[in-house]
Order: sequence, then C-alpha cells, then structure tokens
Amino acid sequence: MKEIEVSKIVDVVEELCIKAACDLDESVENCLKEWQKKEESEFGKYSFEQILENVAYARKENLALCQDTGVAVFFVDVGQEVHIKGGGLEDAINEGVRRGYTKGYLRKSMVNDPVFNRKNTTDNTPAVIHWNIVPGDQLRIQILPKGGGSENMGRLAMLKPSDGLPGIKDFVLKAVKDAGGNPCPPIVVGIGIGGTMEKTTILAKKALSRVIGSPNPDERYAKLEQELLEEINKTGIGPQGLGGRVTALAVHIEFYPAHITGLPVAVNLNCHAARHAEATL
Amino acid sequence: MAEKKVTTPLTDDKIKDLQVGDRVSITGVMYTARDAAHKRLVQMHKDGEKLPFELQGQIIYYVGPCPAKPGHALGPCGPTTSFRMDAYTPAVLELGLKGMIGKGQRAKDVKDSMVKNKAVYFASIGGAAAVIARSVKTAEIVGFEDLGPEAIYKLEVEDFPCIVVTDAQGADLYDIGVQQYRID
Repeated sequence: MKEIEVSKIVDVVEELCIKAACDLDESVENCLKEWQKKEESEFGKYSFEQILENVAYARKENLALCQDTGVAVFFVDVGQEVHIKGGGLEDAINEGVRRGYTKGYLRKSMVNDPVFNRKNTTDNTPAVIHWNIVPGDQLRIQILPKGGGSENMGRLAMLKPSDGLPGIKDFVLKAVKDAGGNPCPPIVVGIGIGGTMEKTTILAKKALSRVIGSPNPDERYAKLEQELLEEINKTGIGPQGLGGRVTALAVHIEFYPAHITGLPVAVNLNCHAARHAEATL
Repeated sequence: MAEKKVTTPLTDDKIKDLQVGDRVSITGVMYTARDAAHKRLVQMHKDGEKLPFELQGQIIYYVGPCPAKPGHALGPCGPTTSFRMDAYTPAVLELGLKGMIGKGQRAKDVKDSMVKNKAVYFASIGGAAAVIARSVKTAEIVGFEDLGPEAIYKLEVEDFPCIVVTDAQGADLYDIGVQQYRID
C-alpha cells in the first residue's frame, strides 16, 4: 500500500490549475500551427495569428490564455493500492483549485446555485471530478479547465439503433453548425457513443482529454473521426465563425457497449484553447 | 487590411463609416457587462433607478476579466459569447447604446434593433485574452461589485482590436463568411 499525503495532492493540483490555464500544451500549439497553413480566409488567418501570438505571450508572462479559466474538470485515476493520508481526496482537490485559481490570478467562474441564487463562490470551487478506480499504486490527476462558451454548445441525443452511422453523422454536424462561432472555433469535437445517457456524456468529455489529433485505436472509429473532421471542415464556419476552411482541429470519439434498444450520442465541444495538465503521484 | 481608427463615444456619423468586415481599433472608454449585469440594468431602468453609467453613445464589452496581476490594469479579458445578452440587448439599444463587442452571431430581433437604433456589433478574437488585455490602460469598477468577474468596469482602452461583424445596416459577417467558404 502506497501512502500519499493530502498536502502533496493540494500542492500538485494548485500547480496544475495554473499550468493548464497559462501554458498551452505544445501538442495543441503545434496542431494550431499545422492547421494555420491550410486556412485561406482573411479573418481565419487573422484569427490564427492572434491565437498563436496569445499562446506565446500568455506562456511568457504566465497569464491566463483565456479569461474564462473554466470549470475545473478533473479525471482522477485512483490506484487500488493507494492510501490517502491526512484528509479527504475530494477536499484536497478542491483546496488545490481554491489556491491555484487565487495564486494564478485566474477567474473564478462558479456560482453556488444554478437557479435560485447564482452567487459566485469566489474561489472557483467546487470542481467537477470524474473518478476511476484502477489497479496499481499510482494516483493520476488530469485537469481540463472547461470554458462556458464551448460547454454551452454541447448536445445529447438518444438515437435509435436504426439511425446508425448516418444518424450519428447528422447529429454531430448539426451540433457543430448550430454552434457556429460561439464555441471559439477552430474547435476540438469530443464525441461519446454508447453506454447510457450519463455514460455517453462523460465519454464525450473524456474524448477531449486525449492528445489532440490522436486517433481512436479502433480503426473503424478512427475512420469515422476522420470522415467527420472532413465534413465539419466543409461547413465554412471557420476560425471564430467568420468563415474559413478550418472549423475543427480534431474529432475524438470514445465508445462503450450499449443496451439493445439504444444508441446514445453526446457531443462536447472544446474551444481552440484545449487546455490540459496532468500529474501522476 | 487597413485598420480604421475609432474613438468613443460613438456617434451616428462615426457609425455610418463602419461597414461589415472592417478591421477597427478603438480608443477611448468602454464599459463591461455580461448577462447578470444586463439583467440588473434592464430591471433598474424599469424601476426608474439611475444606472451605474450613462448608455448614450457608449460601447459595452461583453467580458468577465481575470483579476489583474500587480502592474497590470486588468487581467486577460477576451470576449464572451454574445447571444446570452440577446434577451436584454434591444432594451439597452433603446436607451442609446451604440456599440457592442463580443463573439458569435446575434438574434434577428437584436439585429433589427441595431438597424433601428443605428448601432454596431464588433467581435474581438475569443481566446486571445492575454493579448487583448495589453490595450486596456485603466480599469475601474463602477457597478455591481458583488457580481465579482461580472461587475461593470469602466475601461480606458488604446487601439483595442476588433472587427465589425454586424453593421448598422444589419449586414452580418457570420452569414457572409460562412456562405463564402461552405463546400456543399
């Protein structure tokens, strides 16, 4: 049994919050640079220039890339042989968020009640945490700060099995077209297919946590990702929705077995600032 | 493309010169407000209360900035999605608002109200927040401080970069641009 002190977890989460918000992963920056070459529209090119200048400047000055530093969404893999000492794991993650968002001069965007009060909690807690129990003695913490502009454009459909591939494609394309410029294209499109209503939406979020542009290991799904990416980039939405060739940088699909009656599909969009950071203890 | 220099407050004459697709740099004063602040502004007007700032000829920037680091006027401050303000926008245009800065397409009734009231809608680049903050010279909270990042700030800006995405004739770059690049 490996022991991990909560104070260590708080420190790590604090650091991850700031790193994710200010220092865009190079894989995403390189992906943006590759797609920049393919853009033809005047405003599309201008958008890419501004976006990439912002990435470099934010990193240099340790400033948030985007003022919407998001809901702090976590995927946490807890090894069965890990013992957390000195307090609760969930509390430790929230304390790390509290400290990171304060110390990093990040925006606090959470309100305490969605309907009746909507009072800002002033420290960006609580985080939204997805837990996985896994074999082994490691604790892997991944943060995906998720901005509201792109999150608001998410969709869920409980399709029928007879809708099949054409139904999935139509649904995804409609979600992207209806979103237009709102989610800050060029976007990353996360898609969950299968499972149940809640499972498929978590899969769509999980899909956004993959290394940008990495194909699904199942080649049938990898092909579907590629086909959808090509279709999405024919919509003409373009960077910022102002018209252009590059609407999406990548399409990622995650799938799960489904009930005999169902074909749930969820679409979770991410803006071009596909922010991630992770640590393994 | 050459940038047009614009100073605030906006007048009908200045707006006449702003066409859809123009790159613009704005110098002067603008006010921040998001949906929570708009809701209050519209309610205050209904209740006959004095608003935290005079809307006539002004620009509202849809933004909830990050806190400022020491030595900065304001933290990163890119645009938020504008459609959340659509429900309140015709009412503030009727009160004399002349410009809005945000991102994403507006509803038809907003565009109709812009034509009627001779107003213009600009977009700045979503997610370019750190770079945009360089054009903010001063920032002061003038209303609704309890809303935190959604408070109303008075900003003094210099060469704030944006694009005319809907002009006072109702021409909309979100339609024009997509039509131009769509492959059927």
